[in-house]
Amino acid sequence: MSALGPVLDVVGAVLVVLGALLALAAAVGLLRLPDVLSRMHAATKPQTAGLVLVVLGTALLLRTSADVWMLLLVGAFQLITAPVTAHLVGRLAYRSGGVRPDLLHRDDLAGRERPGPE
Amino acid sequence: MSTAAVLLTVALGVLGLSLLLVTVRFLRGPSALDRLVSLDAIVAVVMCGLMAHVALTHDSATVPVVVAISLVGFLGSSTVARVVGRRGSAGGDGNGDEER
Repeated sequence: MSALGPVLDVVGAVLVVLGALLALAAAVGLLRLPDVLSRMHAATKPQTAGLVLVVLGTALLLRTSADVWMLLLVGAFQLITAPVTAHLVGRLAYRSGGVRPDLLHRDDLAGRERPGPE
Repeated sequence: MSTAAVLLTVALGVLGLSLLLVTVRFLRGPSALDRLVSLDAIVAVVMCGLMAHVALTHDSATVPVVVAISLVGFLGSSTVARVVGRRGSAGGDGNGDEER
């Protein structure tokens, strides 16, 4: 186990760097993409994949039981809640005209969702 | 400095740069939903940065802070989403579609 320590440190640090690069890619996408839905598509990557990578990396670096479980709790909670927020934002964006129809390949909700509240 | 420390410092730098870019979108964002999306991204980047800091210093006192931020961040963004939906001023044209 003690011989494995430095290797785990480097693997964990590499995972954290990968998560940070995902966050950077999302930030660039958030700046450059044209409408709310595509920006959300870019922004939800670091919220799930990047954060889980950072959680795993930090857990590999810390290697103490209480901290590892708390970090896994953070990852699991983020995996549960990020889709809820994304769903709310996507629905609101579609209803309030934050979507550019010329950018959609096909619109399954056309003529169904648009007129008014459900 | 060990290899892991160098890598983690690089990760903190990258996270700082992305926080800057996301904040630009937050300040510029034409609609409230853009700001909401970028606020979510800001929360995620801050959580990543805190965890990278924990990993760099091996000081686990900050881990409960990350848990609290993840809870409060979800509550905040879902509440703001409901308020934006009720106000109906989320989009560019503001045609008054209301959520329930």
